[in-house]
Amino acid sequence: MEKKTPLYDAHVEAGGKIVPFAGYLLPVQYKAGVIKEHMAVRTQAGLFDVSHMGEVLCQGKDAFDNLQMMMTNDFTGMTVGQARYSPMCNEQGGTVDDLIVYKRGDEDYLIVVNAANREKDFQWMLDHQKGDVTFTDVSDDYVQLALQGPKAIEILSRLTDAANIPEKNYHAVLDAEVGGIPCIVSRTGYTGEDGVELYLAADKGVEMWNLLLETGKDDGLIPCGLGARDTLRMEAAMPLYGHEMTDDVTPLETGLKFAVKLKKDDFIGKAAMEAKGTPIKRIGMKVTGRGIVREEMPVSKDGKVIGQTTSGTHCPFLGQAVAMALVDSDSCQVGDALQVEVRGRKVDVEVIPLPFYKREK
Amino acid sequence: MEIRAELKYSKSHEWVKEDGDVVVIGLTDYAQSELGDLVFVNLPEEGDEVAAGDAFADVESVKAVSDVYSPVSGTVAEVNEELMDAPESINESPYDAWFIKVSDVSETEELLTAEEYEAFVQSEQE
Repeated sequence: MEKKTPLYDAHVEAGGKIVPFAGYLLPVQYKAGVIKEHMAVRTQAGLFDVSHMGEVLCQGKDAFDNLQMMMTNDFTGMTVGQARYSPMCNEQGGTVDDLIVYKRGDEDYLIVVNAANREKDFQWMLDHQKGDVTFTDVSDDYVQLALQGPKAIEILSRLTDAANIPEKNYHAVLDAEVGGIPCIVSRTGYTGEDGVELYLAADKGVEMWNLLLETGKDDGLIPCGLGARDTLRMEAAMPLYGHEMTDDVTPLETGLKFAVKLKKDDFIGKAAMEAKGTPIKRIGMKVTGRGIVREEMPVSKDGKVIGQTTSGTHCPFLGQAVAMALVDSDSCQVGDALQVEVRGRKVDVEVIPLPFYKREK
Repeated sequence: MEIRAELKYSKSHEWVKEDGDVVVIGLTDYAQSELGDLVFVNLPEEGDEVAAGDAFADVESVKAVSDVYSPVSGTVAEVNEELMDAPESINESPYDAWFIKVSDVSETEELLTAEEYEAFVQSEQE
């Protein structure tokens, strides 16, 4: 039986087409449809309910040491309110999940994990914790909303003081309020656009949702569903767990070197990752032939299979079908012509640089 | 949801119009709204044989691919190639955006009237 987020009724009322996703009933799109929702985020603003994401507190004298050991990134030198992205790996160097760690205090961190991995991650943390530390799953206490798009900050600034809006990306104001509702305002997102993610008490979710939509109405702010969330992250070439990252793929293979600090003393999976190297790599491709490439389709070069696609769709802003794939590292480079087998038919693609889309700053 | 009285319907959500010697096939308004924004259409070629109950085309939304089935057996006499450049026309006016015209029809599935189709869609939604 799927769970509902506190905003479920608001989604239905707004014409959301509800589907089961990662154990939750969530809107895949609203009345506007995926393409209009996608374009709203690229050109104006969109609002997403991402309350299905999991939140775990990591607290205690040894909280920092536990993070350093469990995650591949380095959490040294973080200020309170700062956020850092990191994969979390198994002993084989494969990826358990990718997540964001917020520093709330020297012995107090908030970890945000993927909905589909929430229980697995929490159990993993409990199984690998050491010393004076407590992990607490607080997912059900929070509603998480993502306000994304070039007009997101302008809309938000009508509801709160400038001091409550973090100036830099990957920073958060932990004790902010928006429209009088206490919340965390984090300058993060999963769309490739400027914007914020808000964390607030579950029982204030509907109030905040309606307040934001009403405030941004004249700026073109519309509610956006999971469909647009996926096409936006795809266009920005952000990896998604279960696609570009799995238990068997290391973050180095996924191309997340910036978040894997091999110079750190040790972390779970480090030795295996160093020994394995990167026999496969993530590439981006645009479809030059006719059709749309989806996930898990064989990729070949000169008739020889070199890997398989991990995600693929038609990207509304680029007006182009693109895909990502994991392929043998030395098999191809940018500019090469490859073929993807789409339901028995070979479709021509070309290797192009990632990301597919990058916003102008 | 628009259902046109003068058309016949399949349970896989195609509309069918008999036009003299040929049968015209397209996707219903209900089908396009369930599929969402369409961005790609794969069509057969003139002269291809189609068989009742078999897929003859596919349509892709940003999220997924879906087959389009032929309710009749026969020969593809004409293909609406404009759909390939404008798949969104299926969303905009599903009853104008026909897919194929079939001639030499040898077999036809049992089709629903507009009234029966409306009841069928309602039962699917429940």
